[in-house]
Amino acid sequence: MRVAGWQVSETSARRLKKRYRRERRLKAFGILAILIALGVLALLLGSVIERGHPAFVKTEIAFNLDISAELIKPDKLSKGKYGKVIRNALFNTFPKVKKRSERRELLALVSKGAHFQLRRMVRDDPRLIGTVQRVWLPASSDVDMLVKGSMPRDVPESERRLNDRQIAWLDALEKNGQLQTSFNSSFFTGSDSREPELAGIGGALAGSFWTLLITLILAFPLGVAAAIYLQEFAPKNRITDFIEVNINNLAAVPSIVFGLLGLVIFIQLFELPRSTAIVGGLTLMLMTLPTIIISTRAALSAVPPSIREAAYGVGASSVQVVSHHVLPLALPGIMTGTIIGMARALGETAPLLMIGMVAFIVDIPAAPFDSATALPVQIFLWADSPERGFVEKMSAAIIVLLAFLILMNALAVYLRRRFETRW
Amino acid sequence: MQLVILLIALGVIAALGYFFARRKLLVAAGRTSIRPHSMPGYHGWYVALWCALPSLIVLLVWLIFEERILEALLISYLGPEITSQPVNMLGLLLNDIRNLAIGDALSREVDPALQAAAERYAALRNTARAAMLGGGLALGVAGLAWSWYRVRPSFRARHGVERIVKGALIVASFVAVVTTVGIILSVLFESIRFFSIVSVGDFLFGLEWSPQTAIREDQVGSSGAFGAVPLFTGTLLITLIAMVVALPVGLFSAIYMSEFASPGVRNAVKPVLEILAGVPTVVYGFFAALTVAPALRDIGTGLGLDVASESALAAGAVMGIMIIPFISSLSDDAIVAVPRSLREGSLAVGATRAETVIKVILPAALPGIVAACLLAISRAIGETMIVVMAAGLAAKLTANPLDAVTTITAQMVTLLVGDQEFDSAKTLAAFALGFALFLATLALNVLALFIARKYREQYE
Repeated sequence: MRVAGWQVSETSARRLKKRYRRERRLKAFGILAILIALGVLALLLGSVIERGHPAFVKTEIAFNLDISAELIKPDKLSKGKYGKVIRNALFNTFPKVKKRSERRELLALVSKGAHFQLRRMVRDDPRLIGTVQRVWLPASSDVDMLVKGSMPRDVPESERRLNDRQIAWLDALEKNGQLQTSFNSSFFTGSDSREPELAGIGGALAGSFWTLLITLILAFPLGVAAAIYLQEFAPKNRITDFIEVNINNLAAVPSIVFGLLGLVIFIQLFELPRSTAIVGGLTLMLMTLPTIIISTRAALSAVPPSIREAAYGVGASSVQVVSHHVLPLALPGIMTGTIIGMARALGETAPLLMIGMVAFIVDIPAAPFDSATALPVQIFLWADSPERGFVEKMSAAIIVLLAFLILMNALAVYLRRRFETRW
Repeated sequence: MQLVILLIALGVIAALGYFFARRKLLVAAGRTSIRPHSMPGYHGWYVALWCALPSLIVLLVWLIFEERILEALLISYLGPEITSQPVNMLGLLLNDIRNLAIGDALSREVDPALQAAAERYAALRNTARAAMLGGGLALGVAGLAWSWYRVRPSFRARHGVERIVKGALIVASFVAVVTTVGIILSVLFESIRFFSIVSVGDFLFGLEWSPQTAIREDQVGSSGAFGAVPLFTGTLLITLIAMVVALPVGLFSAIYMSEFASPGVRNAVKPVLEILAGVPTVVYGFFAALTVAPALRDIGTGLGLDVASESALAAGAVMGIMIIPFISSLSDDAIVAVPRSLREGSLAVGATRAETVIKVILPAALPGIVAACLLAISRAIGETMIVVMAAGLAAKLTANPLDAVTTITAQMVTLLVGDQEFDSAKTLAAFALGFALFLATLALNVLALFIARKYREQYE
């Protein structure tokens, strides 16, 4: 018997075959494992995008609104009956609808928050009072999902949120050109709302921005300074050993424990206001610090000793060696580590839950001391809401969050590729 | 307002100090034949730092204690008959006085006494702020004067500046230690308060977990039970499921990537796998709750099984996906660290590559792989969002992966989210759970480090 050009006995040929089979099996397991991991990743991203992409489009219904001075008095803009204006326009569009229950069904087509938009319009331009305006108002969440196809039309009426009559009205509106879908810009500028069709991530983005700003301006200098000391100046003794072990252990402490720490230290002890970006930023700072310290130390130790020795050789002091030579050369690595740490802080949710950044907040925070929520927390809050319309909002918010993370990581990779020096 | 003025003023004084100290030195150096010890810039920095730093440090300490001092002064003003009421009522009153002083919303009608107290508080506050401004500026000017006096060619300004810089670096590196101590102390103290209400034995060995305490004394059936065993078993069950998913996938992909894959495949696949590690946990929670859990329930119904909608299996499986990159990249490091000579020796005596991997490389890399697993377990038991979103809330003592269980972290979130006072047994229980979690993860990390160090083969 011949195997691979060699004359071998029958038994050893059989044995060889078995051994090669085992090798193929191990390889197959490896490929299978990688395929499983990649498949799950694809499934994860796919399910997010599939559910989330409709949220970037919104459905609007156009009405001729009679903004009469009777309902909205020019001197009392805040007490105007904006809802009544919209109701009248609806009833005028469908004059045949008289029954109370049917009228209620008719009203359910338009968002419950549509009068806010009208109020904003009138407040910005009081000359509108007394005129008739054609205005695109946001449709209710059910209509929105039906029009975008997230909710099927062809199921029995009892399993639908909108009945046949309402769908007929919608078809009539569509035929008249009173129904359109457009880019949902309010999703990016608006803040949280009880009505899914009005909810946006603007407030959460602002909250995340302030939180990360606090984290960055505290964690970056502190982390870099600590790393410089430990890597460049610290004598090798018990105290510095202890600090090192500490930092490595802190990097592995569950993030929720940092939330407990923030709750006790910043809220109970320092009495900072609850659910504000400043407390969130301080808490995330403590969490990000070990990451920044570890990556900064790695970057510093990658600078070859010859640089240091040359600088010492021309008479630089130890602080000058570090600040004039080692630190600038290590800076790309430090930036990369910092960006990755910040990306992790951006996606962090659990510690923010502990310090109460989970409130329902309608105002967009304008400063670190305002009540705020963060993007991942907003996702969590919407995941808790029973309304079906929030599923697409939540998925779209995840898409935005992932986009930010990909951007930050791409920046880190770019910095590393662009500025990294190989010694 | 005063704070902003003070900061700007300090900045201006420090900047002026920098420039004039430089000038002073240059002028003085021009007059004498002594060569200055330090460059002019160092003299400038020395003066600027001495001007700003002491003042800023005192300011920070003052800001931390300001509210407490004001409160103590206000209480002494109010007199004993008002301040003898219970602590929480007094807190409410003080809050109202504060809010009235700054014109915020109140929880009661304004009466003359309250008005007077608020005016008193506002006056105290103004005095305090004015004192802060004056004191800060005085300290800044004093620092300026002292350091200014020292600027002369023979003065070793660079040594002074470098001492300050090194001191700042040391302080920064102690922040990490302070954080650890802060974690331990804060969690420990609250846990001790909890254990003064509930005994340690009841907590560690009790089988019943229902943290709802009665609002009124006479309410039925809500005395609150704090036996954490169901939480521990729930956490272990979910972690076990996660490891069953993650260990084979992570290990086999690490083996394939380091031993069989071509460099091209490796460079393409590795970053993609690392994306899994960068996905925020809230996204995994979403995936578990909205995609995996319903799918598992449908499959279960198809097979005639009763799968809970918040089954441990769904949460555990998704958590396993989350920790795949941990295991694969740490095991990859361990496998790559096995020296070439072992590999080549094994191949040279006729072993296939699979035999080399199984009989030579894996045993040599085993300590690293075990350490990777321990780190992954520690990560899994501390993971919060997946279990909060996808696991149940009812504490149930079960080993059935199709049932709903709850975990330590999920309970911590449920106990602490929402507005409530900080000293009920219910909220304190969260700290006791946090303490247990901290100890468990710390022990796992230390053990992982120990194994990796102790059993690592020293080649060469």
